[in-house]
Amino acid sequence: MKLTGAQAFLKCLEEHGVEVIFGYPGGALIDVYDELMKNDKIHHVLTRHEQAAVHAADAYGRIKGEVGVALVTSGPGATNAVTGIASAYMDSIPLVVFTGQVPTKLIGNDAFQEVDIVGITRPITKHNYLVKNAEELVPIIREAFHLAKTGRPGPVLVDLPKDVLATRIGYPELKPISMRTYKPTYEPHPGQIEKACKAMLKAKKPVIYAGGGVILSDSNEELTELARRLDIPVTMTLMGLGGFPGTDHLSMGMLGMHGTYFANMAVANCDLLIAVGARFDDRVTGRVDAFAPHAEIIHIDIDPSSISKNVRVDIPIVADCKHALDAINAWFGRSKDFNADDCMEKNRPWHEQIREWKNKHPLGYVEETDIIKPQFVIQKLNELTGGDAIITTEVGQHQMWTAQFYHFNKPRQFATSGGLGVMGYGFPAAIGAQMAAPDKVVIDIAGDGSIQMNIQELATCRQEKLPVKVAILNNGYLGMVRQWQELFYNKQYSSTVMEVAPDFVKVAEAYGAVGLRATKPSEVEPVIREALKINNTVFMDFVIAREEGVYPMVPAGKATTEMLLV
Amino acid sequence: MKHTISVLLQNKPGVLSRVTGLFSGRGFNIESLSVAQTLEPDVSCLTLVTSGEDTIIEQITKQLHKLIDVIKVTDMCEHDNVEREMALIRVKAEAHTRAEVLRIVDIFRGKVIDVGPKSYVVELTGKASKLQAVIDILRPIGIQEIVRSGTIAMTRAPKS
Repeated sequence: MKLTGAQAFLKCLEEHGVEVIFGYPGGALIDVYDELMKNDKIHHVLTRHEQAAVHAADAYGRIKGEVGVALVTSGPGATNAVTGIASAYMDSIPLVVFTGQVPTKLIGNDAFQEVDIVGITRPITKHNYLVKNAEELVPIIREAFHLAKTGRPGPVLVDLPKDVLATRIGYPELKPISMRTYKPTYEPHPGQIEKACKAMLKAKKPVIYAGGGVILSDSNEELTELARRLDIPVTMTLMGLGGFPGTDHLSMGMLGMHGTYFANMAVANCDLLIAVGARFDDRVTGRVDAFAPHAEIIHIDIDPSSISKNVRVDIPIVADCKHALDAINAWFGRSKDFNADDCMEKNRPWHEQIREWKNKHPLGYVEETDIIKPQFVIQKLNELTGGDAIITTEVGQHQMWTAQFYHFNKPRQFATSGGLGVMGYGFPAAIGAQMAAPDKVVIDIAGDGSIQMNIQELATCRQEKLPVKVAILNNGYLGMVRQWQELFYNKQYSSTVMEVAPDFVKVAEAYGAVGLRATKPSEVEPVIREALKINNTVFMDFVIAREEGVYPMVPAGKATTEMLLV
Repeated sequence: MKHTISVLLQNKPGVLSRVTGLFSGRGFNIESLSVAQTLEPDVSCLTLVTSGEDTIIEQITKQLHKLIDVIKVTDMCEHDNVEREMALIRVKAEAHTRAEVLRIVDIFRGKVIDVGPKSYVVELTGKASKLQAVIDILRPIGIQEIVRSGTIAMTRAPKS
């Protein structure tokens, strides 16, 4: 039986187990939306902006461990999606974005709502396609899903001209995908594993530096096994939080620009750095030549181009983190040279040194009785949710405080725009997260600046009846930029003062959601408790200390040991 | 240092812009570029000349390889290879210089492929250094126009 392109499109999504998609209709996509109305297997979430659709799909995929799907129309629909795609690309998030396109005959004619979205998104997608004839539609969608989730994951875009969606085609049989030019390396080279294990065996001051790859490859258990067996302290990147239990005694928290003092000191002084699924981003390394200067470096990554890109690596292992860690754990399982007690003994002075650093400058802040400190709000959120909520953030100070003070013990519990740093990510991401995990508490920790970048998604929350909670740390500033201006630009607060701001409680209420406010430290806990009880979308407006800074801080371009402390 | 990199690609629309976009987006340099079909009609060979330190060249080859439509990337400098460029040169050829131009072209095993009342078009192939030598010698006589191709390269047959 022949199907229209639109019917085949939905059938192909069903074939990939897609249950939820996020999107926004338009002229070029009417055929698909017409079919969607008749489809009871795929739930479409109508966001109020295409950027939000892509962020929501991104977080849905992160939390569920699946490929997120977004559907947006041609022209402005597609260009609005660009920020979401770029963010997913920087964070290696598996995502397939479908864009409507003008009919094939009009492509290149500057038709109404036409844009060359394949051209625009070439540098921010893992790959992209323009479907030129209906026969190619299903094979391309299958390839797109395959590319998005295998190897180093990433967003794939498929551009769907209107006539392709209306053409009748036979639905092609499912065949195993084989791409001549794409064969990611999953299995590590045994020789490299051996080298890495021997280096670990003799290291006296080892550190594990874990990134988002640990979460993407679901290798948190393998990582934990390795760290505990060899008694190695672990530090995580922003993307890696939850890849190793944050409350474990071996956890040093986050490293880098706003990392803990002891994590940065440990990396600067270690003799072996084991990088797992991390990419030596400039916010992690600071001045590159001063990053782990005394260490031999092992780097496990599925993407060969990540290896030795920023920092010269001694023992590269191109592989899926899970496979590589499995091989390393197996090596230690059978090694006769390894003895757990000897290993503990060997590492003892190193752990003592780290403890000393930790005692000298623990993560902290100056508490006050009459003004709410943002860190206190996050500690309370952590406490009252038992550290078990799904947390999303926007970008800025609140994001860093969240990374510092919320203790993520599990993977796929945290969604943030790490690489691109998108203000406006967190709220739509919370929508995606809540769709992925309807029974979990989902909290977007936001700033008063960034929440306004996608505040219209209150309508989506209400339409889908999502009990998403938003904690706004309201200091009336674009706080992170203000902090830089305070420290490096003579306190010239150019355009970072939010002179006009809405009443967030009233905004929530205008959408039929609930708004709560805390202005004193004593009100923080009651507000959180009440919000957690309400089965509706809640904005919590925490009026916080206006000029609180994020510390430690490594000034841009400085060595990570040159930290500004509280 | 200069590197000649040979890239086998799927012959599809937009593939060339994926390669050139990668170079411009990451701040790599392209000194010359040449693309055409290979024996397989759905595969193209792209040869490009770039320069940079070893770490840059390593990134270039890795990033090229990461493109989904790229089949194979070869840094020709790691192999014994032959490289050629082609140039078309319009040179002044008036009564008193015609014979000299012909002689020079002959020495460098070039060909005159178009003859006008006051000029010749000369076709030359060779390494970049040879083409440069011919251009330097012809310049005093009067070069009116030059069109040069990018470098193309092929590995030599194994010795045994």
